[in-house]
Amino acid sequence: MAQPAGLLYSKEHEWVKLDGDVATVGITDYAQSSLGDIVYVELPRIGAALTQFGGIGVVESVKAVSDIFTPVGGEVTETNGAIEGDPALVNRDPYGAGWLYKVKLDDVGQTTELMSPEQYEKLIVEA
Amino acid sequence: MTDASGVLRRTALYDAHLALGARIVPFGGFEMPVQYSSILKEHDAVRKRAGLFDLSHMGQFLLDGPDVGSWAESLTINKVANMKPGQARYNVFTNDRGGAHDDVIFYRLAEDRWLLVVNAGNADKMWAHVSAERSGDVRLTDLRGERALIAIQGPRSVEWLQPFVDAELAPMKYYSCTETTVRGTRETVVVARTGYTGEDGFEVFVPSDDATALWDGLLAAHRGAGLEPCGLGARDVLRLEAGMPLYGHEMDEEVTPLQAGLAWAIKFDKPAFRGKEALAAQRDAGDYARIVGLVMEGRVPARAGYPVLAGGARAGEIRSGSLGPSVGKNIATALVAPAAAADGTALTVEVRGTEHAAVVTPMPFYRRPKG
Repeated sequence: MAQPAGLLYSKEHEWVKLDGDVATVGITDYAQSSLGDIVYVELPRIGAALTQFGGIGVVESVKAVSDIFTPVGGEVTETNGAIEGDPALVNRDPYGAGWLYKVKLDDVGQTTELMSPEQYEKLIVEA
Repeated sequence: MTDASGVLRRTALYDAHLALGARIVPFGGFEMPVQYSSILKEHDAVRKRAGLFDLSHMGQFLLDGPDVGSWAESLTINKVANMKPGQARYNVFTNDRGGAHDDVIFYRLAEDRWLLVVNAGNADKMWAHVSAERSGDVRLTDLRGERALIAIQGPRSVEWLQPFVDAELAPMKYYSCTETTVRGTRETVVVARTGYTGEDGFEVFVPSDDATALWDGLLAAHRGAGLEPCGLGARDVLRLEAGMPLYGHEMDEEVTPLQAGLAWAIKFDKPAFRGKEALAAQRDAGDYARIVGLVMEGRVPARAGYPVLAGGARAGEIRSGSLGPSVGKNIATALVAPAAAADGTALTVEVRGTEHAAVVTPMPFYRRPKG
Protein backbone atom coordinates (compact mmCIF):
# COMPACT_ATOMS: atom_id res chain seq x y z
CA MET A 1 0.00 0.00 0.00
CA ALA A 2 1.55 3.26 -1.10
CA GLN A 3 1.82 6.07 1.42
CA PRO A 4 0.25 9.41 0.53
CA ALA A 5 2.63 11.61 -1.47
CA GLY A 6 3.44 15.15 -0.43
CA LEU A 7 3.73 14.21 3.26
CA LEU A 8 6.75 13.53 5.45
CA TYR A 9 6.81 10.70 7.98
CA SER A 10 8.44 9.84 11.31
CA LYS A 11 9.53 6.43 12.47
CA GLU A 12 6.96 6.76 15.26
CA HIS A 13 4.21 6.69 12.59
CA GLU A 14 3.22 10.34 12.47
CA TRP A 15 2.80 12.31 9.25
CA VAL A 16 3.61 15.96 8.58
CA LYS A 17 2.14 18.22 5.90
CA LEU A 18 4.10 21.41 5.35
CA ASP A 19 2.53 24.72 4.37
CA GLY A 20 5.31 27.30 4.53
CA ASP A 21 6.53 27.20 8.14
CA VAL A 22 3.31 25.64 9.48
CA ALA A 23 3.09 21.88 9.76
CA THR A 24 -0.10 19.83 10.16
CA VAL A 25 0.50 16.62 12.12
CA GLY A 26 -1.44 13.36 12.26
CA ILE A 27 -0.89 9.64 12.71
CA THR A 28 -0.53 7.35 9.74
CA ASP A 29 -3.04 4.83 8.45
CA TYR A 30 -0.66 2.10 9.58
CA ALA A 31 -0.68 3.58 13.11
CA GLN A 32 -4.47 3.88 13.38
CA SER A 33 -4.91 0.39 12.01
CA SER A 34 -2.41 -1.05 14.50
CA LEU A 35 -4.06 0.76 17.41
CA GLY A 36 -7.61 -0.28 16.56
CA ASP A 37 -10.69 1.64 17.72
CA ILE A 38 -9.47 5.00 19.04
CA VAL A 39 -11.48 6.21 22.05
CA TYR A 40 -9.48 9.19 23.35
CA VAL A 41 -6.83 11.59 22.09
CA GLU A 42 -4.90 13.95 24.35
CA LEU A 43 -3.37 16.85 22.44
CA PRO A 44 -0.99 19.64 23.47
CA ARG A 45 -2.47 23.04 24.33
CA ILE A 46 -2.46 25.86 21.81
CA GLY A 47 0.65 27.92 22.45
CA ALA A 48 2.62 24.99 23.86
CA ALA A 49 6.27 24.81 22.77
CA LEU A 50 7.08 21.36 21.39
CA THR A 51 10.51 19.80 21.02
CA GLN A 52 10.96 17.63 17.94
CA PHE A 53 10.47 13.91 18.76
CA GLY A 54 9.31 14.69 22.31
CA GLY A 55 6.28 12.93 23.81
CA ILE A 56 3.46 15.51 23.67
CA GLY A 57 0.20 13.58 24.04
CA VAL A 58 -1.44 10.19 23.77
CA VAL A 59 -3.76 8.25 21.52
CA GLU A 60 -5.81 5.65 23.37
CA SER A 61 -7.53 2.69 21.79
CA VAL A 62 -9.97 0.45 23.65
CA LYS A 63 -7.07 -1.58 25.01
CA ALA A 64 -3.93 0.52 24.93
CA VAL A 65 -2.34 3.90 25.51
CA SER A 66 0.21 5.06 22.91
CA ASP A 67 2.38 8.16 23.14
CA ILE A 68 2.41 10.76 20.40
CA PHE A 69 5.99 11.79 19.64
CA THR A 70 5.80 15.05 17.76
CA PRO A 71 7.61 14.76 14.44
CA VAL A 72 8.31 18.52 14.44
CA GLY A 73 9.19 21.14 17.05
CA GLY A 74 7.70 24.60 17.42
CA GLU A 75 4.63 26.37 18.77
CA VAL A 76 1.18 24.75 18.62
CA THR A 77 -1.14 27.07 16.69
CA GLU A 78 -4.24 24.93 16.33
CA THR A 79 -5.68 21.58 17.53
CA ASN A 80 -8.40 19.52 15.90
CA GLY A 81 -11.44 20.04 18.15
CA ALA A 82 -13.52 17.61 16.11
CA ILE A 83 -11.67 14.57 17.40
CA GLU A 84 -12.45 15.43 21.02
CA GLY A 85 -16.08 14.52 20.46
CA ASP A 86 -15.39 11.87 17.84
CA PRO A 87 -11.97 10.25 18.33
CA ALA A 88 -12.85 7.56 15.76
CA LEU A 89 -12.31 10.26 13.11
CA VAL A 90 -8.64 9.35 13.43
CA ASN A 91 -9.51 5.79 12.38
CA ARG A 92 -11.82 6.81 9.58
CA ASP A 93 -9.75 9.56 7.98
CA PRO A 94 -6.22 9.66 9.42
CA TYR A 95 -4.81 11.91 6.66
CA GLY A 96 -7.82 14.22 6.45
CA ALA A 97 -10.48 15.06 9.06
CA GLY A 98 -8.53 13.05 11.65
CA TRP A 99 -5.51 15.39 11.73
CA LEU A 100 -4.27 16.19 15.25
CA TYR A 101 -2.60 19.62 15.52
CA LYS A 102 -0.67 22.36 13.71
CA VAL A 103 2.76 23.66 14.62
CA LYS A 104 4.59 26.83 13.61
CA LEU A 105 8.05 25.38 13.07
CA ASP A 106 10.90 26.88 15.06
CA ASP A 107 13.31 25.64 12.36
CA VAL A 108 12.23 24.48 8.91
CA GLY A 109 15.49 22.56 8.58
CA GLN A 110 14.32 19.97 11.11
CA THR A 111 12.18 18.30 8.43
CA THR A 112 15.34 16.73 7.01
CA GLU A 113 15.05 14.35 10.00
CA LEU A 114 11.82 12.94 8.52
CA MET A 115 11.18 10.27 5.88
CA SER A 116 9.78 10.35 2.38
CA PRO A 117 6.69 8.24 1.55
CA GLU A 118 8.97 5.63 -0.02
CA GLN A 119 11.24 5.46 3.03
CA TYR A 120 8.24 5.16 5.35
CA GLU A 121 6.69 2.44 3.19
CA LYS A 122 9.93 0.49 3.52
CA LEU A 123 9.88 0.93 7.30
CA ILE A 124 6.38 -0.50 7.76
CA VAL A 125 6.85 -3.33 5.28
CA GLU A 126 9.87 -4.43 7.29
CA ALA A 127 8.05 -3.98 10.64
CA MET B 1 4.49 -18.95 30.69
CA THR B 2 6.16 -20.53 27.70
CA ASP B 3 7.43 -24.05 27.35
CA ALA B 4 11.01 -24.99 28.25
CA SER B 5 12.34 -23.67 24.95
CA GLY B 6 10.63 -20.31 25.51
CA VAL B 7 8.47 -20.77 22.42
CA LEU B 8 4.89 -19.57 22.52
CA ARG B 9 2.33 -22.31 22.00
CA ARG B 10 -0.44 -22.26 19.42
CA THR B 11 -3.96 -23.55 19.72
CA ALA B 12 -5.52 -25.96 17.23
CA LEU B 13 -7.29 -22.96 15.68
CA TYR B 14 -4.16 -20.88 15.02
CA ASP B 15 -4.33 -21.31 11.24
CA ALA B 16 -8.04 -20.47 11.26
CA HIS B 17 -7.23 -17.21 13.08
CA LEU B 18 -4.59 -16.29 10.50
CA ALA B 19 -7.02 -17.04 7.67
CA LEU B 20 -9.51 -14.65 9.30
CA GLY B 21 -6.90 -11.88 9.44
CA ALA B 22 -6.57 -11.87 13.22
CA ARG B 23 -3.98 -9.76 14.98
CA ILE B 24 -2.01 -12.23 17.10
CA VAL B 25 -0.47 -11.35 20.48
CA PRO B 26 1.26 -13.36 23.20
CA PHE B 27 -1.13 -14.20 26.04
CA GLY B 28 -0.75 -16.77 28.81
CA GLY B 29 2.06 -18.50 26.94
CA PHE B 30 0.10 -18.75 23.67
CA GLU B 31 -0.10 -16.85 20.43
CA MET B 32 -3.72 -15.71 20.60
CA PRO B 33 -6.01 -13.50 18.50
CA VAL B 34 -6.55 -10.14 20.24
CA GLN B 35 -8.90 -8.89 17.53
CA TYR B 36 -10.09 -9.79 14.04
CA SER B 37 -11.94 -6.72 12.77
CA SER B 38 -12.42 -4.23 15.60
CA ILE B 39 -12.89 -4.68 19.34
CA LEU B 40 -15.98 -2.46 19.26
CA LYS B 41 -17.52 -4.36 16.35
CA GLU B 42 -16.82 -7.72 18.00
CA HIS B 43 -18.21 -6.47 21.32
CA ASP B 44 -21.34 -5.26 19.55
CA ALA B 45 -21.86 -8.65 17.86
CA VAL B 46 -21.79 -10.43 21.25
CA ARG B 47 -24.26 -8.01 22.82
CA LYS B 48 -26.68 -8.05 19.87
CA ARG B 49 -26.20 -11.40 18.06
CA ALA B 50 -23.32 -13.72 18.97
CA GLY B 51 -19.55 -13.96 18.88
CA LEU B 52 -17.21 -16.93 18.56
CA PHE B 53 -14.14 -17.24 20.78
CA ASP B 54 -11.14 -19.58 20.81
CA LEU B 55 -10.41 -20.31 24.47
CA SER B 56 -8.22 -23.33 23.81
CA HIS B 57 -5.36 -21.68 25.67
CA MET B 58 -7.18 -22.25 28.97
CA GLY B 59 -5.96 -25.25 30.96
CA GLN B 60 -8.25 -28.29 31.10
CA PHE B 61 -7.62 -30.96 33.71
CA LEU B 62 -9.70 -34.11 34.17
CA LEU B 63 -10.24 -35.17 37.79
CA ASP B 64 -11.43 -38.75 38.41
CA GLY B 65 -12.27 -40.66 41.54
CA PRO B 66 -14.64 -40.85 44.49
CA ASP B 67 -12.55 -38.45 46.60
CA VAL B 68 -12.37 -35.56 44.13
CA GLY B 69 -15.17 -33.58 45.78
CA SER B 70 -13.81 -33.62 49.32
CA TRP B 71 -10.21 -33.21 48.16
CA ALA B 72 -10.97 -30.23 45.91
CA GLU B 73 -13.05 -28.60 48.65
CA SER B 74 -10.05 -28.59 50.95
CA LEU B 75 -8.07 -26.44 48.49
CA THR B 76 -10.81 -24.01 47.41
CA ILE B 77 -13.27 -21.49 48.84
CA ASN B 78 -16.50 -22.87 47.35
CA LYS B 79 -18.20 -26.23 47.72
CA VAL B 80 -17.49 -28.98 45.24
CA ALA B 81 -18.76 -32.25 46.73
CA ASN B 82 -22.40 -31.19 46.72
CA MET B 83 -22.43 -30.31 43.03
CA LYS B 84 -24.72 -32.52 40.97
CA PRO B 85 -23.58 -34.24 37.78
CA GLY B 86 -24.30 -31.81 34.98
CA GLN B 87 -23.53 -28.77 37.13
CA ALA B 88 -20.77 -26.18 36.72
CA ARG B 89 -19.54 -23.96 39.53
CA TYR B 90 -17.12 -21.04 39.91
CA ASN B 91 -14.39 -21.47 42.52
CA VAL B 92 -11.01 -20.13 43.66
CA PHE B 93 -7.94 -22.10 44.73
CA THR B 94 -6.38 -20.25 47.67
CA ASN B 95 -3.02 -20.08 49.41
CA ASP B 96 -2.41 -20.11 53.19
CA ARG B 97 -2.81 -16.32 53.32
CA GLY B 98 -6.20 -16.49 51.61
CA GLY B 99 -4.73 -15.12 48.37
CA ALA B 100 -5.78 -16.64 45.07
CA HIS B 101 -3.73 -19.26 43.20
CA ASP B 102 -6.31 -19.14 40.43
CA ASP B 103 -10.01 -18.70 39.77
CA VAL B 104 -11.50 -21.70 38.01
CA ILE B 105 -14.66 -23.51 37.02
CA PHE B 106 -15.45 -27.08 38.05
CA TYR B 107 -17.73 -29.04 35.71
CA ARG B 108 -19.13 -32.21 37.25
CA LEU B 109 -19.50 -34.48 34.23
CA ALA B 110 -20.49 -37.64 36.12
CA GLU B 111 -20.57 -38.97 39.68
CA ASP B 112 -16.79 -39.48 39.82
CA ARG B 113 -15.59 -37.34 36.91
CA TRP B 114 -14.97 -33.62 36.80
CA LEU B 115 -13.46 -31.18 34.36
CA LEU B 116 -11.44 -28.34 35.89
CA VAL B 117 -10.75 -25.27 33.72
CA VAL B 118 -7.96 -22.93 34.83
CA ASN B 119 -6.52 -19.70 33.44
CA ALA B 120 -3.90 -20.12 30.71
CA GLY B 121 -1.31 -18.02 32.53
CA ASN B 122 -1.76 -20.13 35.67
CA ALA B 123 -2.01 -23.54 34.02
CA ASP B 124 1.56 -24.67 34.75
CA LYS B 125 1.33 -23.41 38.33
CA MET B 126 -2.06 -25.05 38.82
CA TRP B 127 -0.99 -28.39 37.35
CA ALA B 128 1.97 -28.39 39.76
CA HIS B 129 -0.33 -27.40 42.63
CA VAL B 130 -3.00 -30.06 42.13
CA SER B 131 -0.34 -32.69 41.42
CA ALA B 132 1.58 -31.84 44.61
CA GLU B 133 -1.57 -31.70 46.72
CA ARG B 134 -3.23 -34.81 45.30
CA SER B 135 -4.46 -37.19 47.99
CA GLY B 136 -6.96 -40.02 48.43
CA ASP B 137 -8.60 -41.69 45.45
CA VAL B 138 -8.08 -38.90 42.95
CA ARG B 139 -6.62 -39.28 39.46
CA LEU B 140 -5.46 -36.25 37.48
CA THR B 141 -5.17 -36.03 33.70
CA ASP B 142 -3.71 -33.02 31.93
CA LEU B 143 -5.82 -32.43 28.81
CA ARG B 144 -3.80 -29.46 27.58
CA GLY B 145 -3.14 -29.79 23.87
CA GLU B 146 -5.67 -32.61 23.46
CA ARG B 147 -8.79 -30.53 23.93
CA ALA B 148 -9.76 -27.24 22.39
CA LEU B 149 -12.39 -24.88 23.78
CA ILE B 150 -14.73 -22.85 21.58
CA ALA B 151 -17.23 -20.43 23.10
CA ILE B 152 -20.28 -18.94 21.42
CA GLN B 153 -21.65 -15.99 23.37
CA GLY B 154 -24.61 -13.74 22.73
CA PRO B 155 -28.41 -13.81 22.53
CA ARG B 156 -28.51 -15.99 19.40
CA SER B 157 -26.19 -18.68 20.82
CA VAL B 158 -28.86 -21.34 21.35
CA GLU B 159 -30.22 -20.93 17.85
CA TRP B 160 -26.82 -20.88 16.16
CA LEU B 161 -25.11 -23.68 18.09
CA GLN B 162 -28.06 -26.10 18.16
CA PRO B 163 -27.62 -27.45 14.59
CA PHE B 164 -24.10 -28.58 15.52
CA VAL B 165 -24.72 -30.68 18.64
CA ASP B 166 -27.13 -33.46 19.56
CA ALA B 167 -27.99 -32.28 23.08
CA GLU B 168 -31.04 -30.06 23.31
CA LEU B 169 -29.65 -26.68 24.30
CA ALA B 170 -32.70 -24.54 25.10
CA PRO B 171 -33.64 -26.37 28.34
CA MET B 172 -30.06 -26.24 29.70
CA LYS B 173 -29.77 -24.04 32.77
CA TYR B 174 -27.11 -21.36 33.25
CA TYR B 175 -24.01 -23.07 34.71
CA SER B 176 -25.05 -26.55 33.60
CA CYS B 177 -23.04 -28.91 31.42
CA THR B 178 -23.60 -32.10 29.47
CA GLU B 179 -21.61 -34.60 27.47
CA THR B 180 -22.99 -34.93 23.97
CA THR B 181 -21.91 -35.54 20.39
CA VAL B 182 -21.27 -33.27 17.45
CA ARG B 183 -24.16 -33.79 15.07
CA GLY B 184 -23.46 -36.25 12.28
CA THR B 185 -20.29 -37.60 13.90
CA ARG B 186 -19.38 -39.74 16.90
CA GLU B 187 -17.18 -37.07 18.47
CA THR B 188 -17.88 -36.63 22.16
CA VAL B 189 -17.84 -33.05 23.38
CA VAL B 190 -18.78 -31.29 26.60
CA VAL B 191 -21.22 -28.42 26.21
CA ALA B 192 -21.64 -25.99 29.12
CA ARG B 193 -23.91 -22.98 29.43
CA THR B 194 -21.14 -20.82 30.85
CA GLY B 195 -19.23 -17.79 29.69
CA TYR B 196 -17.32 -14.63 30.49
CA THR B 197 -19.25 -11.95 28.65
CA GLY B 198 -22.43 -11.24 30.60
CA GLU B 199 -24.51 -12.78 27.80
CA ASP B 200 -26.20 -16.11 27.31
CA GLY B 201 -23.88 -18.58 25.63
CA PHE B 202 -22.09 -21.88 25.59
CA GLU B 203 -18.59 -23.25 25.88
CA VAL B 204 -17.83 -26.37 23.86
CA PHE B 205 -14.91 -28.58 24.91
CA VAL B 206 -13.93 -30.43 21.77
CA PRO B 207 -11.02 -32.70 20.79
CA SER B 208 -8.29 -30.54 19.23
CA ASP B 209 -8.43 -32.53 15.98
CA ASP B 210 -12.10 -31.62 15.53
CA ALA B 211 -11.91 -27.97 16.59
CA THR B 212 -11.33 -26.44 13.16
CA ALA B 213 -14.30 -28.26 11.61
CA LEU B 214 -16.63 -26.95 14.33
CA TRP B 215 -15.18 -23.41 14.23
CA ASP B 216 -15.31 -23.17 10.43
CA GLY B 217 -18.76 -24.79 10.35
CA LEU B 218 -20.24 -22.29 12.79
CA LEU B 219 -18.79 -19.34 10.89
CA ALA B 220 -19.85 -20.71 7.49
CA ALA B 221 -23.40 -21.21 8.75
CA HIS B 222 -23.92 -17.95 10.61
CA ARG B 223 -21.37 -15.32 9.66
CA GLY B 224 -23.75 -13.94 7.07
CA ALA B 225 -26.30 -13.36 9.83
CA GLY B 226 -23.75 -11.61 12.01
CA LEU B 227 -21.77 -14.20 13.97
CA GLU B 228 -18.34 -12.60 14.47
CA PRO B 229 -15.06 -14.23 15.45
CA CYS B 230 -13.99 -12.35 18.60
CA GLY B 231 -10.57 -11.90 20.14
CA LEU B 232 -9.25 -11.44 23.64
CA GLY B 233 -9.66 -7.66 23.39
CA ALA B 234 -13.45 -7.87 23.07
CA ARG B 235 -13.54 -10.60 25.70
CA ASP B 236 -11.80 -8.36 28.24
CA VAL B 237 -14.19 -5.45 27.60
CA LEU B 238 -17.23 -7.75 27.81
CA ARG B 239 -16.13 -9.33 31.09
CA LEU B 240 -15.32 -5.95 32.65
CA GLU B 241 -18.77 -4.60 31.75
CA ALA B 242 -20.27 -7.76 33.26
CA GLY B 243 -18.28 -7.19 36.48
CA MET B 244 -16.42 -10.48 36.19
CA PRO B 245 -12.96 -10.63 37.79
CA LEU B 246 -9.82 -11.38 35.79
CA TYR B 247 -6.99 -13.16 37.56
CA GLY B 248 -3.94 -10.93 37.89
CA HIS B 249 -6.16 -7.84 37.96
CA GLU B 250 -9.01 -8.14 40.46
CA MET B 251 -7.29 -10.92 42.42
CA ASP B 252 -3.90 -12.54 42.68
CA GLU B 253 -1.70 -14.34 45.21
CA GLU B 254 -1.92 -11.26 47.46
CA VAL B 255 -5.44 -9.93 46.78
CA THR B 256 -7.93 -12.39 48.28
CA PRO B 257 -11.31 -13.43 46.88
CA LEU B 258 -12.90 -11.56 49.80
CA GLN B 259 -11.19 -8.37 48.64
CA ALA B 260 -12.25 -9.15 45.07
CA GLY B 261 -15.93 -9.09 46.04
CA LEU B 262 -16.36 -12.86 45.93
CA ALA B 263 -17.71 -13.27 49.49
CA TRP B 264 -20.71 -15.12 47.97
CA ALA B 265 -18.36 -17.91 46.86
CA ILE B 266 -16.51 -18.29 50.19
CA LYS B 267 -18.17 -21.05 52.21
CA PHE B 268 -17.03 -20.46 55.78
CA ASP B 269 -19.34 -23.28 56.91
CA LYS B 270 -16.95 -25.80 55.38
CA PRO B 271 -14.97 -27.40 58.25
CA ALA B 272 -11.62 -26.45 56.76
CA PHE B 273 -10.04 -25.23 53.54
CA ARG B 274 -6.73 -23.71 52.50
CA GLY B 275 -6.60 -20.10 53.68
CA LYS B 276 -9.85 -20.27 55.70
CA GLU B 277 -8.31 -18.83 58.89
CA ALA B 278 -6.70 -15.94 57.01
CA LEU B 279 -9.92 -15.14 55.16
CA ALA B 280 -11.99 -15.33 58.36
CA ALA B 281 -9.56 -12.99 60.12
CA GLN B 282 -9.71 -10.56 57.19
CA ARG B 283 -13.50 -10.70 57.19
CA ASP B 284 -13.68 -10.13 60.96
CA ALA B 285 -11.22 -7.23 60.91
CA GLY B 286 -13.17 -5.70 58.03
CA ASP B 287 -10.55 -3.05 57.26
CA TYR B 288 -9.25 -4.59 54.04
CA ALA B 289 -8.78 -2.83 50.71
CA ARG B 290 -11.42 -4.00 48.27
CA ILE B 291 -12.29 -4.05 44.59
CA VAL B 292 -14.91 -1.51 43.54
CA GLY B 293 -16.37 -0.48 40.22
CA LEU B 294 -15.63 3.05 38.96
CA VAL B 295 -17.35 5.04 36.26
CA MET B 296 -15.25 7.90 34.90
CA GLU B 297 -17.08 11.20 34.55
CA GLY B 298 -15.11 12.52 31.60
CA ARG B 299 -13.66 11.09 28.43
CA VAL B 300 -10.28 10.02 29.79
CA PRO B 301 -9.93 6.25 30.22
CA ALA B 302 -8.53 4.87 33.49
CA ARG B 303 -5.92 2.15 33.06
CA ALA B 304 -4.48 -0.54 35.32
CA GLY B 305 -1.91 0.91 37.73
CA TYR B 306 -3.18 4.51 37.75
CA PRO B 307 -3.44 5.98 41.29
CA VAL B 308 -6.89 6.52 42.82
CA LEU B 309 -7.31 9.46 45.22
CA ALA B 310 -9.94 10.44 47.80
CA GLY B 311 -9.86 14.10 48.79
CA GLY B 312 -6.45 14.41 47.17
CA ALA B 313 -4.91 11.58 49.21
CA ARG B 314 -3.95 8.20 47.81
CA ALA B 315 -6.78 5.67 48.33
CA GLY B 316 -5.85 2.85 45.97
CA GLU B 317 -5.17 2.00 42.34
CA ILE B 318 -6.93 1.02 39.14
CA ARG B 319 -6.79 -2.73 38.40
CA SER B 320 -8.67 -2.86 35.05
CA GLY B 321 -9.94 -0.06 32.85
CA SER B 322 -11.53 0.37 29.45
CA LEU B 323 -14.21 2.09 27.51
CA GLY B 324 -17.49 0.33 28.32
CA PRO B 325 -19.31 0.51 24.99
CA SER B 326 -22.60 -0.75 26.47
CA VAL B 327 -22.29 1.74 29.34
CA GLY B 328 -21.30 4.64 27.11
CA LYS B 329 -18.59 5.69 29.54
CA ASN B 330 -15.13 4.68 30.64
CA ILE B 331 -15.32 2.03 33.35
CA ALA B 332 -12.76 0.52 35.68
CA THR B 333 -12.14 -1.57 38.73
CA ALA B 334 -10.00 -0.23 41.55
CA LEU B 335 -8.56 -1.70 44.73
CA VAL B 336 -9.32 0.97 47.34
CA ALA B 337 -9.30 1.53 51.09
CA PRO B 338 -12.64 0.72 52.80
CA ALA B 339 -13.31 4.42 53.53
CA ALA B 340 -13.31 5.08 49.77
CA ALA B 341 -15.36 2.03 48.80
CA ALA B 342 -19.00 3.01 49.41
CA ASP B 343 -21.25 3.23 46.35
CA GLY B 344 -21.56 6.81 45.18
CA THR B 345 -18.23 7.94 46.65
CA ALA B 346 -16.62 10.65 44.52
CA LEU B 347 -12.97 9.80 43.83
CA THR B 348 -10.38 10.92 41.34
CA VAL B 349 -8.04 8.95 39.12
CA GLU B 350 -4.61 10.39 38.43
CA VAL B 351 -3.94 10.19 34.71
CA ARG B 352 -0.57 11.52 33.53
CA GLY B 353 -0.37 13.90 36.48
CA THR B 354 -3.93 15.24 36.31
CA GLU B 355 -6.87 14.18 38.49
CA HIS B 356 -10.05 13.07 36.73
CA ALA B 357 -13.39 12.53 38.48
CA ALA B 358 -14.82 9.04 39.01
CA VAL B 359 -17.72 7.64 41.03
CA VAL B 360 -17.81 4.31 42.88
CA THR B 361 -20.54 2.33 41.12
CA PRO B 362 -21.99 -1.10 41.88
CA MET B 363 -21.04 -3.86 39.46
CA PRO B 364 -22.01 -5.25 37.04
CA PHE B 365 -21.85 -2.16 34.87
CA TYR B 366 -23.94 -3.99 32.28
CA ARG B 367 -26.76 -6.46 32.81
CA ARG B 368 -28.28 -8.22 29.84
CA PRO B 369 -31.95 -7.63 29.14
CA LYS B 370 -34.17 -10.43 30.43
CA GLY B 371 -35.59 -12.30 27.50
